[in-house]
Amino acid sequence: MLELKDVRKTFNPGTINAKKALQGVDLHLNAGDFVTIIGGNGAGKSTVMNAIAGLWPIDSGTIKINGKDVAGLPEHKRAKYLGRVFQDPMMGTAATMEIQENLAIAARRGNHRTLRWGISSKEKKMFREMLAVLGLGLEDRMTAKVGLLSGGQRQALTLLMATLKEPKLLLLDEHTAALDPKTAAKVLELTDNIISEKKLTAMMVTHNMRDAIAHGNRLIMMHEGRIIFDVSGEEKKALTVDALLEKFSQSSGQEFSNDRALLS
Amino acid sequence: MINYLSSLPAACTQGIIWGIMAIGVYITYKILDIADLTVDGSICTGAAVCAMMVINGQPMWLALIASVIAGMLTGLVTGIFHTFMGIPAILSGILTQLILWSVNLKIMGAANQSLSATKYNLLISRLNLDRSIIILQLLAIALIIVLYWFFGTEFGSSVRSTGANLNMSRAQGINTSFTKIIGLVISNGIVALSGALLAQYQGNADINMGKGAIVIGLAAVIIGEALFGWLCRNNFALKLIVVVLGGIVYYIVYTTVIYIGLDADLLKMLSALLVALFLAVPYWKGKYFSGVKNVEKRALKQEKKAAKKAARKNKKEVA
Repeated sequence: MLELKDVRKTFNPGTINAKKALQGVDLHLNAGDFVTIIGGNGAGKSTVMNAIAGLWPIDSGTIKINGKDVAGLPEHKRAKYLGRVFQDPMMGTAATMEIQENLAIAARRGNHRTLRWGISSKEKKMFREMLAVLGLGLEDRMTAKVGLLSGGQRQALTLLMATLKEPKLLLLDEHTAALDPKTAAKVLELTDNIISEKKLTAMMVTHNMRDAIAHGNRLIMMHEGRIIFDVSGEEKKALTVDALLEKFSQSSGQEFSNDRALLS
Repeated sequence: MINYLSSLPAACTQGIIWGIMAIGVYITYKILDIADLTVDGSICTGAAVCAMMVINGQPMWLALIASVIAGMLTGLVTGIFHTFMGIPAILSGILTQLILWSVNLKIMGAANQSLSATKYNLLISRLNLDRSIIILQLLAIALIIVLYWFFGTEFGSSVRSTGANLNMSRAQGINTSFTKIIGLVISNGIVALSGALLAQYQGNADINMGKGAIVIGLAAVIIGEALFGWLCRNNFALKLIVVVLGGIVYYIVYTTVIYIGLDADLLKMLSALLVALFLAVPYWKGKYFSGVKNVEKRALKQEKKAAKKAARKNKKEVA
């Protein structure tokens, strides 16, 4: 499904601010894998996501989705394969457009956008049903501007938009980090439901070790731009936060520096 | 007074022409979230192309189409500067504007070309205001209908979302460079059309006619929104109509101010200051009127009011 081979990226190369963000990342995802990614600040978690999404070209290596090399494609062309939800709830939706308009745009991801009318009545009906499933009351506010929604509502909507057109790979970049704990739990539950229902392949970056253990069938730990730990199946199910910390200091030779990740 | 009233139809005519121009500004400024300074040049390009075509005996419809296409090309240049060459939008517009100064002079062959209604068969003219106003109204309505349709289509929606959220648009597979270019192309096509109409109205095309056009366009957008914004209810067609109304109000105010006897030399300064003031309002609102303190203050005030009301009610009941 997804194959990363020796992906490398240095920001600001040749300057005093040079940062080796990815130092040879190898990763192979099978169809249906739901991987959680953890690591300290600056470990390269989000950078891997952005490399896959194509925000900038990588320095070397290959990125294949479904066997197709996408490393040379611009961001909007890769969008055909990817559903993305961001950390910032403002990033994934257009605030000045209606809820149904946002969904209509998402429904055409990867399609050629024609001069046909932007939203059909059949779609409106479909959107209403999908929104009703969220249980947030959005189905009665389809013509409301998205800017009126709360952060949690916007993330739920973004999640819906990311998976409306079934993506080959769903990228969740700390998508609950900006939400309060209760809302975060709700959005996570929704995430689980959608992924299992549509049998999606997904990657989720998180700061929260408990979430990383509780969700998905595979867990990856990153450090200094490399994958240092990769577990799946039964072994992953048996993980505890303490065991993860142990593993981290073993593999990296350091203490896990980010207290927030442990406590949150 | 009669003098003043008799000058109002002319103000309306000019207002609609600038209202059409302001629709172009609306597309970049409001929809794409780009302040496009190309318009100061492209309005003159439209005027120049139309004037030269008519002077050279071409039919009016062809002259207008040529003007629009020329304007679209100016938008294309700015769009390429901005997207392909990565130059900030404002600077891209300024560069194209400067390019157009030379281009417009070359098109006209002189700094000014007279386009007299007595000599040529013009679509609109200040010598025949009744006819001009009707034609301009029809043109504005047709334009608004076409734009309403376009921005409702799949592709038009992607242009809107580009301005609303660049990040989301790319994540949803929209080529935002392309949509930006198309937005700039459409906008400047409309602005050039208004230039072609303006040249006919005033009877000449002049190299200086676009100076400060962006400010007048913005003023029309802002005035329209401030005075008639409550009419819109999020309807796109109504929003565009309101922009044209803004242009008309601008020119009625303009005519009034001149009639009162204000120095016409000061008008550009006043327009700019007016726009500056209106642009500042949302910023001030965010900075000084929506802080936590103010919200608390307002809540306190309301509580006091409610308490007073309750006290009065009690008194009445006791009495």
